[in-house]
Amino acid sequence: MVLVLIEALIAACLVGAAVTFMVPDRYAGKVGLAASLVPLGIATYMFATFEASGNALMGGQLAFEEQFQWVTLGEAYALNWHVGLDGISMPLVALSTVLTSLAILSAWTPIDERQSQFYGLVLFMEAALLGVFSALDFFVWFVFWEGVLVPMYVLIGVWGGPRRKYAAIKFFVYTNVASLAMFIAFVALVFGLGDAVDTFDMPAIAAALGETGIQADAVPVPGLDVETFKILVFAALFFGFGVKVPVVPWHTWLPDAHVEAPTPVSVLLAGVLLKMGTYAMLRFNFTMLADVARDPNVAVAVGLFAAVSVIYGAMLALAQSDLKRIVAYSSVSSMGYVILGLIALTVYGVGGATFQMVSHGLISGLLFMVVGVIYNQTHTRMVQDMSGLADRMPVTVGVFVAGAFAYMGLPLMSGFAGEFFVFVGSFGSPNLPSSPVFTAVSMFGIVVVAGYLLWAMQRTLFGPFRLETDYELGRAPVQDVLPLLALLALVVLLGVAPDLAFEMIRDAVNPMVGGEVSAALGGGA
Amino acid sequence: MALPRWTALAPVLLFALTGMLVLLVDTFFPDTRRRSVLSGLSTLGSLAAVAVSGWFILSGPGTAFPPAPDSGATEGGPILLFQGQLTVDAMALLFFVVVGSVAALVSIASYDYLEEHSYQGAYYSLVMLAATGMALMATANSLAVAFIALELSSLPSYALVAYLKQNRGSVEAGLKYFLVGALSSAVLVYGISLVYGTTGALGFDAVAAALSGVDDAGLNGALGVGVLMVLGGFAFKTASVPFHFWAPEAYEGSPAPISAFLSSASKAAGFALAIRVFVTAFPPEVMLETLGIDWVFAFQVLAIVTMTVGNFAAATQEEVKRMLAYSSVGHAGYVLIGLAALAPTASGANTDVVLGASMMHLVVYGFMNTGAFLFVAMVEYWGLGRTFEDYNGLATRAPVACLAMTVCLFSLAGLPIGGGFMSKFVLFFGAVNAGFWWLAAVGAINSALSLYYYARVVKAMWIEDPADDLEITRQPLGLYAAVVAAALLTVLALPAFGFVSEVAVDAAASLLPGA
Repeated sequence: MVLVLIEALIAACLVGAAVTFMVPDRYAGKVGLAASLVPLGIATYMFATFEASGNALMGGQLAFEEQFQWVTLGEAYALNWHVGLDGISMPLVALSTVLTSLAILSAWTPIDERQSQFYGLVLFMEAALLGVFSALDFFVWFVFWEGVLVPMYVLIGVWGGPRRKYAAIKFFVYTNVASLAMFIAFVALVFGLGDAVDTFDMPAIAAALGETGIQADAVPVPGLDVETFKILVFAALFFGFGVKVPVVPWHTWLPDAHVEAPTPVSVLLAGVLLKMGTYAMLRFNFTMLADVARDPNVAVAVGLFAAVSVIYGAMLALAQSDLKRIVAYSSVSSMGYVILGLIALTVYGVGGATFQMVSHGLISGLLFMVVGVIYNQTHTRMVQDMSGLADRMPVTVGVFVAGAFAYMGLPLMSGFAGEFFVFVGSFGSPNLPSSPVFTAVSMFGIVVVAGYLLWAMQRTLFGPFRLETDYELGRAPVQDVLPLLALLALVVLLGVAPDLAFEMIRDAVNPMVGGEVSAALGGGA
Repeated sequence: MALPRWTALAPVLLFALTGMLVLLVDTFFPDTRRRSVLSGLSTLGSLAAVAVSGWFILSGPGTAFPPAPDSGATEGGPILLFQGQLTVDAMALLFFVVVGSVAALVSIASYDYLEEHSYQGAYYSLVMLAATGMALMATANSLAVAFIALELSSLPSYALVAYLKQNRGSVEAGLKYFLVGALSSAVLVYGISLVYGTTGALGFDAVAAALSGVDDAGLNGALGVGVLMVLGGFAFKTASVPFHFWAPEAYEGSPAPISAFLSSASKAAGFALAIRVFVTAFPPEVMLETLGIDWVFAFQVLAIVTMTVGNFAAATQEEVKRMLAYSSVGHAGYVLIGLAALAPTASGANTDVVLGASMMHLVVYGFMNTGAFLFVAMVEYWGLGRTFEDYNGLATRAPVACLAMTVCLFSLAGLPIGGGFMSKFVLFFGAVNAGFWWLAAVGAINSALSLYYYARVVKAMWIEDPADDLEITRQPLGLYAAVVAAALLTVLALPAFGFVSEVAVDAAASLLPGA
């Protein structure tokens, strides 16, 4: 097996970013695209030759694993560089590279100033994103996690809409406060393990939590018993990641950021950045602290967060008249499914949640791009400003309709597979008390989704042609339509053959949920 | 290979020789092209010093030299010279590298900055002579040499701060710096005399050995006052509260490359000397248990106050250079944590990490702070203003330099984009492990606050719209090279941090008694 592929992946992004940053604005788009094709190629090769079994944090056999000592701190502690992929992270790495390339392509039309800086920052962010999904040492992971923040802040703040400064600072403050809470909680957890671990290696920490557990005398806060301490850490981590996801009630930064961000940035924000939150929850809350998640009270609380996000997010989307806001709020709703799947702690629940991350990344990326293409032509995103676009932009509108149906869960599209897995997994979940109720309530969200998407499409796409902004409507340029078609193809591919990704996901999820649960659902193999 | 023992001082000698050479060249070839020759000579001399020090570090301190004839020691270990007046050990070599790198960056940047100024030969030779003094401070092993080295680095610095003779601010800054400096020197030398009077020794090891006699003679009080005054002298050099008043004035008034030089290299040298004096001459256990003098407590107060004052003052500034000056005070506070955590009550084995972390922070700080000040130098070169607003939209005109500045600033704030993140992390981590979680907590809160004022600059450069008349006509090659190199070194310090930390922790461990 070829080693250092992950390092090559990250280095390719960084070198590409540096080169793109230096070239003149005229060539930046093409250079940026070319630079992003290198990591895409590497990731595709990795996906094709992927060979791993088990979960990264539970002693599984990893692919492309690389570990060596980075910094020693005296004799007692060391920081390691540790990266590797299992069936959960591999699809997300592939998703990041695909979406970055397509986002760069879709940026050619709307981004018309300071291009080289724009594409350089996007590539730099890609490097950090790939690091987040592949790092297995908490310290390294945190470096990348924070590394995503800065470029995103600048991307929204410089190239955004009229209220970009407000949106950028809101995004930065929300996610940075969340990171801080998460960092403190996790470091406290590691200190609570006492002498059992001497690194921040995530598999080692997970193993130590399972074997020796928190020692009562090592709890950093005096007078706190071990169980309460663990629940507090779980809560702080859930908050820290929940802001990123985002979970209602910490979602208010999201619509502002999305509305102000330029289309390609929205694509990455919805497609990949939100997945950082759910991915981290999967790793930290539901793998390392899985026994806390098995506490029925905690499970009900998390389930409530999930159900409220699904329904409330969908209701908010229903109330919007800006196409981009509709798609933005619908993300809140969709990420609620992911959390529902995670707390189910069954093979189909967690596996479905992971699949839904990938699927939602593709579909929401697709919808944001469509809205962007329409905006490029019409210069408006308000539903009441336009109708009957289907005549003038048949391909774009066709993709819009297809993407919307994928969102609603039309069979043979990836959205159906993801949501179906989640519901199958959560309905009979032994972990979540009264899981059928939670599942049924959340399923109702799909009806609302259908409601607002159909309403928006009917008003804007069909009927007699009308456009308030009086722009000449033409066909969208090829570079705008190409990424749409590519994403649609992937959505259909994953819908027809979900096993392309689900097989490796299931393999990595199995150890998390224990054999007997999966056997009960007949999904172990 | 065995070199003569005195060659261990080669880096110091290289600084001094370069200074002389620059003067000679300036005297004999005062032609028009001398600007690049002078700048090039100082850069090369500094780089050569860095290279030699690096080679000594890599080959293991002391292994390239024969053991001292009468010591009976085997190969390796620190090289004592001139009957123990100077010592070249791992820590000294590490600080040679810091001083040399900063001097090289400053020399490159000054090429453009001094374009229209006269007396350039004097400027470069003063920089080199100050560097000589700073390097000597890192090797000083007796109080007398310590004082001389400190003066050797201070006197050229006063002249350099006042180098812009036509500029009132520069002259005023030079005078203020000189007056405060003279007072601090007096305090220091009086403290030294008290220490000498009570112990009868000047060499650090001799002082430490004579401490028990002080108790017998009942002179604890006099020694205590002496130690406190020595501490005050170093607080001046490192710009620590309450001797920091000169720093914002001097950094603001002096030419920006000199601000970079003083706030990075001079501060590092001051800390090198402070660390060596307090750890070897006044070992904390002996001082506290036999004599009842708790200097660690003084450092704890100093660290907390310096961090807090520096950061809060920086947050209220309207000018970038002044903000950086106060942030430099704040960083002195972080470094002080290393000495503040040396209490005998500390969980013994971990003090080498936290002391080493202070050195690591100085190394990384040398790069990132120099980069930030040199960017200010570039802005002054362009003739733009000094306030945050004057930086609005700079990224639209000079993206590469602004990117380098952003890297330096975020690394100063402790974001994981450069070595500053690692050194702060190790510092706080070491403090927690040594049992001083509250020092780390104050440090972390201050560090979080610092993001606010560093981010203001970043926001101005990248996100605010440029003023209509913002025009950059000249692209100064030397300044660009220096700023980008500083940023690059800051970033590279992140993956290469393992090397820095290993050297620094070893250096700290060899200083600490019982290691």
